[in-house]
Amino acid sequence: MKCLWFNLALIFELTATGGFIVYIIKQNKWIFRYSYWILVIGFIFHTIFIGYHYYLLGAAPVLNLKSAFSFFSWCIILAYLILYSRFKLMVLGSFVAPLAAFLMTISSAMPWVENPVSPVYKSFWLSIHVGTIFMGNGLFAITFLASIMYLIQERQIKGKRFGPFYGRLPSLATLDNINYYSLIYGFPFLTVGIITGSVYAQVALGVYWQWDPKEVWSMITWLFYAALLHERLTVGWRGRRAAIMSIICFCILVFSFLAGSCWHGGYHTFESIKTGKAL
Amino acid sequence: MIKIINIGMNHNTAGVELRECIAAEPDNIIKVLSFMRESECIKEGHFISTCNRVEAIFTTDNVQEAKRSIRSFISRLVNIPEENFLSSTYTFEDMDAVKHIFRVASSLDSMVVGEPQILGQIKASFAVSIEQKSSGVILNRLMHKAFHAAKRVRTETGICEAAVSISYAAVELAKKIFHVLDNKKVLVIGAGEMAELAAKHLKANGVKSIVVANRTFERAEQLAKIIDACPVSFEEISSELQEVDIVIASTASQEHVITRKQVKKCLRKRRNRPLFFIDIAVPRDVQPEVNRLENVYVYDIDDLKGAVKSNMAQRQKEAIKAERIVQEEVVKYERWLKTLKVVPTIISLIDKTESIIKAEIRKSSSILEKLTPEQKKAVDKLSRSIAQKMINDPILYLKRKADRPALNTYIDVTRKLFNLDEDRNQDQDLYHGYK
Repeated sequence: MKCLWFNLALIFELTATGGFIVYIIKQNKWIFRYSYWILVIGFIFHTIFIGYHYYLLGAAPVLNLKSAFSFFSWCIILAYLILYSRFKLMVLGSFVAPLAAFLMTISSAMPWVENPVSPVYKSFWLSIHVGTIFMGNGLFAITFLASIMYLIQERQIKGKRFGPFYGRLPSLATLDNINYYSLIYGFPFLTVGIITGSVYAQVALGVYWQWDPKEVWSMITWLFYAALLHERLTVGWRGRRAAIMSIICFCILVFSFLAGSCWHGGYHTFESIKTGKAL
Repeated sequence: MIKIINIGMNHNTAGVELRECIAAEPDNIIKVLSFMRESECIKEGHFISTCNRVEAIFTTDNVQEAKRSIRSFISRLVNIPEENFLSSTYTFEDMDAVKHIFRVASSLDSMVVGEPQILGQIKASFAVSIEQKSSGVILNRLMHKAFHAAKRVRTETGICEAAVSISYAAVELAKKIFHVLDNKKVLVIGAGEMAELAAKHLKANGVKSIVVANRTFERAEQLAKIIDACPVSFEEISSELQEVDIVIASTASQEHVITRKQVKKCLRKRRNRPLFFIDIAVPRDVQPEVNRLENVYVYDIDDLKGAVKSNMAQRQKEAIKAERIVQEEVVKYERWLKTLKVVPTIISLIDKTESIIKAEIRKSSSILEKLTPEQKKAVDKLSRSIAQKMINDPILYLKRKADRPALNTYIDVTRKLFNLDEDRNQDQDLYHGYK
């Protein structure tokens, strides 16, 4: 049953990705409309899958890498759908959908393993912690993609060489705006995610902070994003510099997610979650 | 056999003096249209006259006579002997004429390929010929299909997209940087004609506030009055640079008016808001190194010309796509035109069944008299639907064969099979020429 929902979500998201790629090449509005609604349908299936999985486990379905990737993909699509309703920027989909579908594909390639869930994970705090962190990550992924688009477009305008992307990408001001908004929306989520994580640690383990590698890396990521936000708000950083910084920040974020989850010892790794060793 | 004929001249074939002569008097169009309406040999007529072209389109079954009469009428109208403008005209017949009109409407035959005005002009002149009742079924359909082809060309190709003038290219670039120009402030340095043009263009695109700086303040004041701007002295440029978003420079100065140092100084105070320099002066007013500063974009006249040139090339590429669309529409129109040929046969087929029904009912009237009105109605309905079912398939068959070369054989067989030519004197409406 859950495989069915997962596969439906995967198929629709991949189809939408194909549509979005055709859209950016052909520039036909109707292709966008179809792709958009296919993505929405995929997102609905994805939501059903996550809800059902949650119900089966009794805990947030992020306890192994497979589920985490799928949840990350879901958050990116959610962030895109929210930002689309505000900016109506069609071409963003051609960048977001491939990333989301890529994560889903990786997730689908991993085997389904279900270990018995330790009661400590069946906590309300875990859901809040993971939900907010991932929502922040999803929004930062949009920041990242908008930054890439900005750099491509800026290069063409500054260099006075207009490639095929020139007409397809939106104005610099729009891209910078998306970068800005996804950053200021994403940052509170990351902050709340780290705070609730620490509360959860206190509830479950009795300590707020224990210098686990993922905790440390998350803190570093948070500091980088804080620095970027600070520069934007006070000094008025924008454009190219802000875009490059956003890309660096996102790379650190991805690194801290993967490194913290996989190959550093610590209670955040999926290995220790599986065995419940750290607890 | 009715033919569609198009006689015309455009910016390539005729000089402006000649085109002017006809376009000068707005009454001329109506005169030509009423001549076409009254003329014996011209069935339907439509006349287009813009500053770049004159087109007369008409249908006739006497080609030579019609051509001659329209030429001599126009020659009398504008008081130019026929031989003087004959060499400047072109003549297209049938599908070539259709194709020409479709191309004109789609702006493929325009001086600036893809310019949008021509479609509006053709629509306006079509409205006049509708008003004058000079055009009929064939030309009405032709014009509607021309509008349809033009719309397809506009939406399916990028032929109207790219900017092909320098000031327009500058506005396009500004939009790619700022997205909207509504709340943007513009500084115009130098009060020349080019600056005025560019400023007006930006204003038309939403810019609200403009400042003009010039070495001689009086000239700045003059220009400011024209474009509804605020004049400032040349020394105030540095402080204005902190405020404005777009700078148009077009002074005759031999040295750079704006230097990298000057711009760099104001960037922090601007909180890095983007700054766009449009430098249309030769020699350049803005030091080229300014472009290397972050969030600052400098386009000089050559850059803009480069953008225009690549846009032109883009339009040429799109024009190939557009020609294909036009060709498709011509084929569709031709197919429709051919179905007109079978219309008279279909009409006489329907007429014949109708007269048979009437005759038979009349014959049986003595028996039918006794029926109640409902029963009479039922009998009438029954006989009609039998007859309709009978001729339905032959009609569909004829329509299907309309674009076959052997159509005449099919028509002939049908007429003989149903013995339609017996009552030829029946009203055959305006398509009789297509038999």
